[in-house]
Amino acid sequence: MNAKESGRRKFLKGGVALAGLAVGGLRVASGQSSGAEAAASPHKDSRTYGERSRFDTAERQPTGAAPYGDTALVTPIQALTGIITPAGLHFVMDHLAGVPDIDPQQHRLMIHGMVDRPLIFTVEELKRLPSVSRIHFLECNANSRPLQGPKAESVQQVHGKTSCSEWTGVLLSLLLQEASVQAGASWLVSEGAEGNKYTKSLPLAKAMEDVLVAYGQNGEPVRPEQGFPLRLLVPGWEANYSTKWLRRIKIVDQPYMTQHESTHNANLHPDGKAHWFRFEMGVKSVITRPCGGQKLPSPGFYEITGLAWSGGGTVRKVEVSTDGGRTWKNAELQQPVHRKAHTRFRLPWTWDGNETILQSRCTDDQGEMQPTIAELAKIWEVSTDYFLGSGVDHFNAIQPWKVNRDGSVHNALFS
Amino acid sequence: MRCSRNLVVTVIAAFCCVAAVAQGPAYHLGRTPTAEEIRAWDIAIGPHGKELPPGSGTAKEGAKIYAQRCAVCHGQTAEGGAARSLVGGIGTLNTSNPVPTVGSFWPYATTVWDYINRAMPPPPMQPGVLSADEVYSVTAFLLYRNGIIQENDVLDAKSLPKIQMPNRNGFVPPRPEWKPGMRRPFGFYPDR
Repeated sequence: MNAKESGRRKFLKGGVALAGLAVGGLRVASGQSSGAEAAASPHKDSRTYGERSRFDTAERQPTGAAPYGDTALVTPIQALTGIITPAGLHFVMDHLAGVPDIDPQQHRLMIHGMVDRPLIFTVEELKRLPSVSRIHFLECNANSRPLQGPKAESVQQVHGKTSCSEWTGVLLSLLLQEASVQAGASWLVSEGAEGNKYTKSLPLAKAMEDVLVAYGQNGEPVRPEQGFPLRLLVPGWEANYSTKWLRRIKIVDQPYMTQHESTHNANLHPDGKAHWFRFEMGVKSVITRPCGGQKLPSPGFYEITGLAWSGGGTVRKVEVSTDGGRTWKNAELQQPVHRKAHTRFRLPWTWDGNETILQSRCTDDQGEMQPTIAELAKIWEVSTDYFLGSGVDHFNAIQPWKVNRDGSVHNALFS
Repeated sequence: MRCSRNLVVTVIAAFCCVAAVAQGPAYHLGRTPTAEEIRAWDIAIGPHGKELPPGSGTAKEGAKIYAQRCAVCHGQTAEGGAARSLVGGIGTLNTSNPVPTVGSFWPYATTVWDYINRAMPPPPMQPGVLSADEVYSVTAFLLYRNGIIQENDVLDAKSLPKIQMPNRNGFVPPRPEWKPGMRRPFGFYPDR
């Protein structure tokens, strides 16, 4: 209960966790390891909590050193089927503190500040309140940033900072109603319970709209890397608003300019100004099969499939081009299409063995269509090369994959 | 006239009553935290600095604490090491090689205090171990090293929020806000 109680909690050191995952990181994005390579499971009886086949080797991969010491583990989106990301493959952004080992019996959520009734909830009390379950994606603002070298050939490395889950919890609006927000309040500050107590400002109007205090993920408790036992879930917005290990919500009358919103969540532009408080993620799609790093064994039939999403609402249409953008066909969307959620698209395709370029573009229910990199460069008044290595955020250009005659698939964003 | 004013007062009173009922707790779960619990948990410092605790410090005092606690990662001169540089870069943001630091980029000095207090030195060391005086002192040291204050300037709850950071006006939009239905601008280049 004390702000300096971290001594009571064991912290899994981020470095140790990453060292264990680095082995997986050496495999090619779409590669398969032989059965002989699969390590014997250290897990207890797998009949009491099931495990996947030892031949299923899809894993999160570290992205390597990121600016400012944050490290990411990215989702193998090329290995996903349907729209749900298994909790064990959900991307992770580690803000230096590692994953706290929190006893849910000891954990508390405090709501205070500009409210008539400050409140402290136990996790059990939150679970007694009316609950909702909603399917939403979470995407890092740095996802899809153009990369160079071998990493650019991996859809996991380029686009793997997005994941989609069924989240269960209490609407934050209900909790704020219980606390009775005072007139004049306009923002809130959320805070995590990990070692360095991540904190982030959120407009109160969004909090009242569709934000969840989530304790469930895909039918079971939220995983420790995802915020066990409680996390904020801010649908459609940069994932950094969705504070993990949530312990406190303070209602205030202005944004608090926390370290993240004053630094790496504010993107420098060519003119030296930085855009802070970017909220909604854009309209985006990417073909995940076939994709960069894969190889088509022979000409013939393939189903083209991928994921589309929009922070602004619902995916209305995904078009796929198999001829370098000359013609586009509507892909089939997996039903039902959920708001602010990954949407699976599929299109049958027969490869004739010739060189070609595959790409997809998404349109959401607001009518916004995913741009090309040339369109983005025009808006930014830069050349397309600017986006390479610029550390640009919110990059949502159409992703072209080039299929060579030998069946190898390559990233063709800059060609 | 009097009659109508009374009527207005009555209507307002009735409305407030309804509003109060609508705002009442429906589930009666959770408990009221004590003032001490709120004080212990409330480490968020806004730009106005009104949550800043009593205490004070100068860059001179901060230099000693910095050498003991911070230099191992941020370098002896705060120009970076295993962790990022905390000084310099002023004037580089619109060049091809921008160097964002506390001095060149951070818009509010209160954020420096908040972040040192909540997160430094980072896990597996012990964030939150510094006293309020020590946090004021290290904050003063970093601001002094960036040429923003003098070595003997005293930082406290009154003086810290008044400091004008060099890049205070380097962010867009100037006043962040969001309203229901507000869309992300197409192409996501900031308004200009």
